[in-house]
Amino acid sequence: MSLSIEEVRKIAKLARIKLTPAEEKRHADTISTVLNFVNTLNEVDTQGVEPTAQVTGLEDVTREDVTKICPYKKELLAQMPLISANLLKVPAVFGDSEDVI
Amino acid sequence: MKLNELTISEAQAGLRSKKFTAVELTQACLNRIKERNKELNAFITVCEELALMEAAIADKRLVQGKALPLTGIPFAVKDAICTAGVRSTGAAKILDNYVPPFNATVIEKIRTQGGILLGKNNCDAFGHGASNENSMYGPVKNPRDLKKVAGGSSGGSAAAVADNMCLFAIAEDTGGSIRQPASFCGVVGMRPSYGRNSRFGIMPMASSFDTVGPITKTVADMAIVMQVIAGKDSLDATTVSEVVPDYNVEIKKDLEGLRVGVPKEYFEVDGMDKEVRKIIENQIKNLEKQGAEIINVSLPLTKYAIAVYYVLVPSEVSSNLGRLDGVRYGVRAEGKDLLDLYSNSRAQGFPEEVKRRILIGTYALSAGYYDAYYKKAQQVRTLIRLDFDRVFSDVDVLITPTSPFPSFGLGEKSSDPIQLYLADILVSPAASAGIPAISVPAGETKSGLPVGLQIMGSRLNEGLIMRVANYIKR
Repeated sequence: MSLSIEEVRKIAKLARIKLTPAEEKRHADTISTVLNFVNTLNEVDTQGVEPTAQVTGLEDVTREDVTKICPYKKELLAQMPLISANLLKVPAVFGDSEDVI
Repeated sequence: MKLNELTISEAQAGLRSKKFTAVELTQACLNRIKERNKELNAFITVCEELALMEAAIADKRLVQGKALPLTGIPFAVKDAICTAGVRSTGAAKILDNYVPPFNATVIEKIRTQGGILLGKNNCDAFGHGASNENSMYGPVKNPRDLKKVAGGSSGGSAAAVADNMCLFAIAEDTGGSIRQPASFCGVVGMRPSYGRNSRFGIMPMASSFDTVGPITKTVADMAIVMQVIAGKDSLDATTVSEVVPDYNVEIKKDLEGLRVGVPKEYFEVDGMDKEVRKIIENQIKNLEKQGAEIINVSLPLTKYAIAVYYVLVPSEVSSNLGRLDGVRYGVRAEGKDLLDLYSNSRAQGFPEEVKRRILIGTYALSAGYYDAYYKKAQQVRTLIRLDFDRVFSDVDVLITPTSPFPSFGLGEKSSDPIQLYLADILVSPAASAGIPAISVPAGETKSGLPVGLQIMGSRLNEGLIMRVANYIKR
């Protein structure tokens, strides 16, 4: 099977990655090769086989739902690309209004 | 012998008997890094000042006779593992400026036990690769031959240990990222059982596969580091509470009565190098002479392990790397709106292979394809696990080559993703099953390239595979 340029554009949009036309072409080619390769799994009879999601056998590992004081407040704020009065600054989510915090 | 060339056990003895100081030992490693890093590119960040300061503190402890297991031992950490106050990029530009405020649990344990952090090792970005050519900070060269790859994804860690830039390194193995570079560089590397070591504070790649383990010069050193880092962690709900055995005792037991399985499929894969095969077969004969019983076994699903891996891992990657969007931390690109900001930050901050894996995963998990790819791969993963369960009722350990071939040339496989994916064909099955596996140097090819031997064991049998590894003589 092969993945079209349009399909690559669609998944790139879902994945939030802007691609150049050259990248779209390369990914269409290489991802098609990978998909053909992984399709060899169809040779294996898996009827009635339970899927494996984890390998520890652990079940329902829980902890107390209590709040803790974060000791790294200053350091975490320092990691933020843009801050204003100790708040993270991002572009507006709705519409094209001013930046919001 | 130079101080940086010592093993952990030798350095521990020298420090305790006051033959040299922790500052001298640390300085010897820093000098080696200065001398060689331009060529090898094994470190992205070196924290010289911090290391020397911590070494001075270690010397005080040593004088007071209060040495802890790793007091004064210099080590390095893969850049995809968080180190408090020391830049951790994951070898991707999107985290070029990221300074974690906390240590990963394994790093916290090592530093609490006196280990001296020298710096951060180059790797394939977020662990995506088998040659260390997918780093946005340039490839790592193999210390044995600068035209060859160090392996990946933990190529910087393996090269740094092999080239005596540090005494040991902490790296991460999702599908072979510790074992394959260890084999290419001629050092010891172990992927522990999934759940044995905490993954808290590592940059997640594929959460149902990721493990953290050491790269060391000897098996005895591996036991020392594992003793410090193994065990349950309340910050990682996948860690198990089984008691950690005394690995230093475990590795010294004999091989009498040991049943060694040799799975034929691992010796018959495409591209199996004749010299590699011969070296491993000779080592198996040596084990037989030392009292082990050799049993031929079959793991028929081996050839599907890479296909399973390249459905499940990109799927988990596409979800895990969703957090990197330029908003809360890391490098933010300009954008006309929020969507544009995300897409530009990710376009500029990820290398090609990371983008490819995110796209494959997004596709495999998208509506209409989930059953055909993700669920199918999870079912074959079950069959791979059952294959291992079956053979481990007949044998105690499995022995195979770590890689079908020794290190290859820089650029030789980088244009064809499948070729590079297949480099992990012998290391990926253990990752699917969550079992421990160690790569130990077994010899060299005629052209002087190291060959690694892989020993796999059943879950939580790290002590046993280290013991067998301890009997492999180069």
